[in-house]
Amino acid sequence: MSVLRVLTVGTLMHIKQISRSPFEIAITLIVPIVQATLAVYLFRAGGEQHRLLEAAVGAGVMGIWSSVLFGSGGAIQSQRWLGTLEMIMLAPRRPVLVILPITIATGLTGIYALLATLVWGRFLYGIRLDFAHPLAFVVAAVVCVLALGMFGLLLAATFVLMRNANALANTLEYPVWLVSGMLVPITVLPSWTGPIAAILPTTWGARALREATSGGPVWPSVAVCLGISLLCLALGGLALTYVERRARAAATLALA
Amino acid sequence: MGSDYAIEAEDLRRTYKARTGWLKPKRTEVEAVRGVTFTVGRGELFGLLGPNGAGKTTTIKLLNTLLIPTSGTARVCGHDVEKDTREVRRRIGYVFGGDRGLYDRLSALDNLRYFAELYGVAPRDQKRRIAELLDLVGLAGREGERVEGYSRGMRQRLHIARGLLHSPDVLFLDEPSIGVDPVAARELRRTVADLAATGTTVLLTTHYMAEADELCDRIAVIADGQIQALGTPAELRHRADGRRVVEVEAYGVPESAVESLRGLPGVRETAVEARGALQLLTVHSDAHVDVQGDVLRELAGIRLGRVNSREPTLEDAYVAIVSAA
Repeated sequence: MSVLRVLTVGTLMHIKQISRSPFEIAITLIVPIVQATLAVYLFRAGGEQHRLLEAAVGAGVMGIWSSVLFGSGGAIQSQRWLGTLEMIMLAPRRPVLVILPITIATGLTGIYALLATLVWGRFLYGIRLDFAHPLAFVVAAVVCVLALGMFGLLLAATFVLMRNANALANTLEYPVWLVSGMLVPITVLPSWTGPIAAILPTTWGARALREATSGGPVWPSVAVCLGISLLCLALGGLALTYVERRARAAATLALA
Repeated sequence: MGSDYAIEAEDLRRTYKARTGWLKPKRTEVEAVRGVTFTVGRGELFGLLGPNGAGKTTTIKLLNTLLIPTSGTARVCGHDVEKDTREVRRRIGYVFGGDRGLYDRLSALDNLRYFAELYGVAPRDQKRRIAELLDLVGLAGREGERVEGYSRGMRQRLHIARGLLHSPDVLFLDEPSIGVDPVAARELRRTVADLAATGTTVLLTTHYMAEADELCDRIAVIADGQIQALGTPAELRHRADGRRVVEVEAYGVPESAVESLRGLPGVRETAVEARGALQLLTVHSDAHVDVQGDVLRELAGIRLGRVNSREPTLEDAYVAIVSAA
């Protein structure tokens, strides 16, 4: 009960803190338009007009991924700037209970990117929001957000240790978009990317959403996505405990 | 209760290692704390005094579990800071000076709610405890406002409220009055004194002698990563016994003049403090040698203001200790 309270209160507070940033608000207003446009023109150029909704959903997942990636890295970094990283790590709690609410909050704020991409796709490009499995789509979206939040936890472990966490976040954004097949089908990528794609929760989250949009077996993808993300949660929890000790030894919790 | 002491530090050492550059990496090592040993009794208000870079904050962070010692041991309420980290964290509060350490875009109330949850304050007690603390630090009625609109003094008071949420046995205050106006600093001192009076052990670091003199039961002067002197304020003041202090207000004193003052017979230390256009020159000398005449002769041709010869204060004792380090 206490664990659930810490996670809930922490997530709510971090959503408040993130969603009140003028920079974050500007980004979340502009990026979905760019991503919807990118997706629509890509698919039109490929002569796949009938798959525009799928493209918009893929672009939306890109938005959630960006939010989690930069949110996890950015949030840890901005906590370092705010001087709050030391204060939250000083709490007599397991590090996972302190950091997970931050990454879940970034996933939840990222869901706005998915919704906004769909709305802009509808208004700017007339994409019809005709989902094959509307209920499965909602479930897949929730699982996708939670999964990315847990994946973010694993990333956050690295960000706690690195003072220049943003540099790592920048290099991860595009490769994961590509490899997870958010926009381009995995089948057109070199075969060596296959195993990498298979272990990324982003791949299965994007796949579940795509199947819920255009038809296909949604639930197996949802289950794999959930399974991998729980593994990320377990690994992230262990990694954070190790990393917290390393950070105290290396003195990287504060800026200086 | 376990140990008789709230804080025990034994030969604490901490080295910072840094690496810069990729192709030809350059490694640097800085020994910030070099064998610090002291104890703080339960309910004692203990001051750690020292210049910038002396190792005060590093010592506090070693004791409050934010840093792991390179060597040596430390215990808080009988628990080892490295091995029983969570037990230590349950019993301590940490407040540092300055603007940082709070969620700016959240209200004071949200900040306190969040930290109450993190620091394990029972849900049924949270509302009452937060209200008590808002009252204690004088923020009642302003708790709904976002912290980004708070003055530095208000932030500092919120910091203190946050540090006390879980009623810690030991409170670490790292330069809490830095940048706070004199009225707010006086209120803060009163709050700290009240806390110590109710049995909370306080370890305070500060630059301000008056603050340390007024509040602390005992003071450790730290410089160059080592404790140079430890005792009550009265005992430390004795460290300046046998000295006399000449203060001269001057305008445009060249470094060469200060150098020549250092060479005068009977002079132990000199210090120059810039106060706007004015420089305050402090000359410590042996009490039995009257150096005032010699000092004024060396400063001939320089525009001077007030000249004063006086008995040494705690601040002079501090200067003497730090200069000797």
